[in-house]
Amino acid sequence: MKTATGSHTGTGAWLMQRATALVLAAALPGLMIHFLSAWPHDFSGWQALFAPRWSRVLIWLTGATLALHAWVGMRDIFMDYVHSMAVRLALVLAVMITLAGSVVWLAAILFDVTHGSAA
Amino acid sequence: MAKRPVYLDLFRIHLPPAGWVSVLHRISGVLLFVAMPLGVWGLSVSLSGEDGFRRMADCFSFPLARPFLLLLIWALVHHGLAGLRHLALDAHWGVEPRRARQTSVAVLLASGLVALFAAWRLFA
Repeated sequence: MKTATGSHTGTGAWLMQRATALVLAAALPGLMIHFLSAWPHDFSGWQALFAPRWSRVLIWLTGATLALHAWVGMRDIFMDYVHSMAVRLALVLAVMITLAGSVVWLAAILFDVTHGSAA
Repeated sequence: MAKRPVYLDLFRIHLPPAGWVSVLHRISGVLLFVAMPLGVWGLSVSLSGEDGFRRMADCFSFPLARPFLLLLIWALVHHGLAGLRHLALDAHWGVEPRRARQTSVAVLLASGLVALFAAWRLFA
């Protein structure tokens, strides 16, 4: 029987974990420097950090990469410690929903045109 | 499946430094996973307007907010450094036991030092 979370998906996940790790190793320090070097003290300063489109696009791409990376990591942990297939599937599903939800929410915050709060 | 002996007295397990780096890499990864939706929530509130921004800024005056932030800073630095070490090992760099031991001690020390610096900035 083919299982949804078995070892056969290992190589692709392994590669994705490494590739996303490299991207994050470059992106996160970059973003942190960008933010800390212009650390705002009021709302307009905070808003200004998110004003340029490139800044919002980079933040969202980093968030999406982070979600992919976290998914592989959490899946690895469940595969190591959770041996009941039903519980493992439930946990993997919960992680997927949490991460996908976070990424969609992040997009809504960064590219929300109806409220225009960040734009 | 054969029954394996389980020995989990946490105070009597003696791990080599590389073992600590590995265990802490996992724990810090889980912490960062938990922080992600929290971070998105915080961003959402802080960008929702003047009110939200002030509410978010006020959050840091809660007694537990700063220790939690410090924990996350440590987790981020440790996870990043241990991850870079892991990538180096994947590329067969630093695999010799002596070298592997040195780099694991370096990861533990560096993340500890950054956490100390962050603690000084947060609490002093």
